[in-house]
Amino acid sequence: MSWFGLFKSKKTETEKASLSQRLGEGLAKTRARMAGIGNIFKRDVIDEDTIETLEDTLLSADVSIPTCNVIIDGIKARAKQSDPQTAFRDTLIDLIQPLKSDLTVTEGIKPYVILVVGVNGSGKTTTIGKLTKKLQQEGKRVMLAAGDTFRAAASEQLATWGERNNVPVIRQAPGADPAAVIFDAYQSAQARGSDVLIADTAGRLQNQSGLMDELAKIRRVLGKAEADAPHETLLVIDGTTGQNALQQAKLFKDIAHVTGVVVTKLDGSARGGMIFTLAHELAIPVRFIGVGESVDDLQLFDPDAFVDTLLDDN
Amino acid sequence: MFGNLSDRLQSTFKNLSGQGRITETNIQATVREVRMALLEADVALPVVKQFTEQVRERALGAEVLSALSPAQAFIKVVNDALVDIMGGERREINLRAAPPVVILMAGLQGAGKTTTVGKLGRFLTGQHKKKVMVVSADVYRPAAIDQLETVATQAGLTFFPSNTSQKPVDIAKAAIAEAKRKLMDVVIVDTAGRLAIDDAMMDEIKALHAAINPTETLFVVDAMTGQDAANTAKAFSEALPLTGVVLSKADGDSRGGAALSVRMITGAPILFAGMGEKLDALEVFHPDRMASRILGMGDVVSLVEQVTRDVDMAKAEKLAKKVKKGKKFDLEDLRDQMLQMQSLGGVGSLMGKLPGMGQMAGQVDSAKGDKEVNRMVAIINSMTPQERKFPDIIKASRKKRIAKGSGVEIQDVNRLLKQHQQMAKMMKKMAGGGMAKMMQMMKGGMAGGMPPGMPPFR
Repeated sequence: MSWFGLFKSKKTETEKASLSQRLGEGLAKTRARMAGIGNIFKRDVIDEDTIETLEDTLLSADVSIPTCNVIIDGIKARAKQSDPQTAFRDTLIDLIQPLKSDLTVTEGIKPYVILVVGVNGSGKTTTIGKLTKKLQQEGKRVMLAAGDTFRAAASEQLATWGERNNVPVIRQAPGADPAAVIFDAYQSAQARGSDVLIADTAGRLQNQSGLMDELAKIRRVLGKAEADAPHETLLVIDGTTGQNALQQAKLFKDIAHVTGVVVTKLDGSARGGMIFTLAHELAIPVRFIGVGESVDDLQLFDPDAFVDTLLDDN
Repeated sequence: MFGNLSDRLQSTFKNLSGQGRITETNIQATVREVRMALLEADVALPVVKQFTEQVRERALGAEVLSALSPAQAFIKVVNDALVDIMGGERREINLRAAPPVVILMAGLQGAGKTTTVGKLGRFLTGQHKKKVMVVSADVYRPAAIDQLETVATQAGLTFFPSNTSQKPVDIAKAAIAEAKRKLMDVVIVDTAGRLAIDDAMMDEIKALHAAINPTETLFVVDAMTGQDAANTAKAFSEALPLTGVVLSKADGDSRGGAALSVRMITGAPILFAGMGEKLDALEVFHPDRMASRILGMGDVVSLVEQVTRDVDMAKAEKLAKKVKKGKKFDLEDLRDQMLQMQSLGGVGSLMGKLPGMGQMAGQVDSAKGDKEVNRMVAIINSMTPQERKFPDIIKASRKKRIAKGSGVEIQDVNRLLKQHQQMAKMMKKMAGGGMAKMMQMMKGGMAGGMPPGMPPFR
C-alpha cells in the first residue's frame, strides 16, 4: 500500500475502515471485473475509446442506458477541470450521495413498525433476521410478525430467526390474512412494550396487481391501529436483478409507499449498478446493502465506499 | 421506459426506403439499436457482442422480401437468430434411464429452486404419470427442509425427510436408496442456494453431483437477473455438467434477457419457464415467444394459444355466424365478450402480450380496466332479456331502474349503451364484406408494433 493509501486509512475512523474492507471483500469480484478502469485512467485524455470502455463497464454492472448516458455526460463535463479518474469517481459519488439516509428508529414511537416488501426470493426474511440483530445491538426490543402466510414454511423460516435472536415471533396458520396477522402483532407489540415491530410479507412480483393490492390492505388495516404505521417500508431488491429493479422500485413505491431500499446479495459477482439507476430515476434512500451471510454483513450504505470499491483496481 | 425494438428500427430505417438490400452501410446504426434493445432486456454484454456479430453476418446481403420493409426484414433476422440460439436443441426432460431417474437442482439463493422442485414434480406426475420423490439437501437456510415438505404435500409428491445435522451427500444417497425400495420413477434433489464465487459451496455441489450421478442437472435462474447471469452461468457450468435450465419468475414484467445469456454461455437448453405462484404454473419453454419478448414485440403467439384454449369456441362461433349473417350484435353478445375477456386474465394480462404494449401493461391501471368491465357486466345483468335483445327500448325510467339495480349512475348506463351502439355499427361493417379489409389492418398494425385491432388513422 502506498503512503497515500496509508494516510487515507489512518484518517478514516476504524469502524469505517473495517466497513470498507468488508465491502471490499464482498465486492472482490467487482473489483476484478472493473480492473480495466484503472488502466483507462492512466491516460490523461478522455477519448472515444475511453468512453466506450466506461460505457461497457457501467452497462455490465446493470446501470441502465439512460443513467449511463447521464454519467458519461457528467464525466465529460468534469474532465476539463480534473483528471479522468477523479472526474469518474466524483460523478458517481455525486449521483448516489442523495440516497445516503440511514434508517432511524424514532424515539417516542413505540412500537416503531417496519414493513418489509419485495419480489419472491429477494431476501426479505434473511434481511429481517440480520436487521433484528442489528437493532438488538442498539438496545432495542424487537418483535417479528410472520406476514408471509402464503409461501410454504415461510413463517417457520422467520421463527428460526426469532429463536436465534431470542425475539418473539407472532404467527398464524398458513393461509391466514396477512393484514390480520400484522395487526395482531402490532397490538401484541404494544402490549409487551416492544420498541420495534418488523413485519415480513410474502414475495410478490410487482405486476401481479391482486397481490400488490394486498400490500395496500396491510397498510390500511395497520393504519387503523396506528395512523402513522408502518413508519418505514423497506423494499428488498436482489442485487443480481437487472433492469427490472427500476420497475420494482417504481411500483412498490406507488402501491406500498416504500421509504427505503435494501440491496441484497452484493457479495456475489453482481455489481449493484442498479443503485445508480435508482438514484437517477427515483429518490428512495438506500438503507442497507447485504454483502454476506453473517449478521454483520448487513451494512449501512456508504456512497464513497461503494464507488471506491467499484474503482479499486488492485 | 424501454423502447420497442420494432419502433426503434422503424425510425432507423426511415431514410432507407427504396433500398432493397441490407448493406454494410445501412446496417451500422441498426446493429447499434439491436445492441441497445438487448442490453435493456438484460442480455449480458459479452453475449450481446457475440450475438450482434452473428446477426450482422446473417443480415448482410439478405434479400428484403417485397412484402417487408427493411426494418421488418431486419427484425426477422434478429428474431430468427434468437429463436435458433435459444431453441437450437430443444428437447424434453430426459427420463430414459434406469429408475429412479435422478434430477439435481442448482442455482443462486432465491432463484426459485424449491418452488421449481414442487412444480416439476407435479409436472412429471401429471404429464408423464411418474412416481416422484423429492428430498432437500439444503441444510443451511432456516426452514428450507420444511418448505420442501410443505410443497411436496401440496403437490402430492413423496417427501423423503432429512435434517440439518446430515451431510448433503448422505441425504441424497439415502433418498435414492429409499426410492429404489419404493420403486419410485424419479428422485428430485433440492440443494441450498449458493454463490458462484463461494468455492467451498461449489465444491460441495460438485461432490454431491459425483456421488449421485444425476441424469439431469438443472440450473434454475431468475428471469429478472441482470448482467450477472453471464458470470453465474459460467461458474456453475464449469463446476457442474448442466443438462438444462429452468427460467423462474418468468411471469414478471422483465424482458428475460437472462435466458439468452444463460443459453449461450452454458450451451444447456432451457426446458421450462416458471409462470406463477401456483404449483401447476410451470410451462414448457417456447424459444419463439421468448425471442419476441426480449425484442419487445409482445407474445402474440401465446396470446393466440391462450385465446383458443380459454375462449368458449362454441359461443365465439355463434357470434361470428350472427355477425356474418348481418344480424344485430345485442347486449347479450357484448356481455359474453366481456366475460370471455375476463376469463383470459383481464385487461392487464392481455395488454402484456400485445406487441408494443408490453411495457404499457405496467403503466396502464389494469385493475381499473378490469373494474370497468365488471361494472359493465353488472349493468347488463340488471336488464331484462328483452332490454338486452332490443336496447332501443331502454328509455328514461328503464335507465333509472337499471342504474339502481347495478349500483351505478345513469350516466354509466348511457355510456354503456353508446359503446354498444358503436360496436354494433362496427360489426355491421364487418358483415358487409369488410372482414378481409379489417384483417389486413390488423396485420399491418402488428408489424408496425401497433396492437392488432386498433384502427389505424388513415
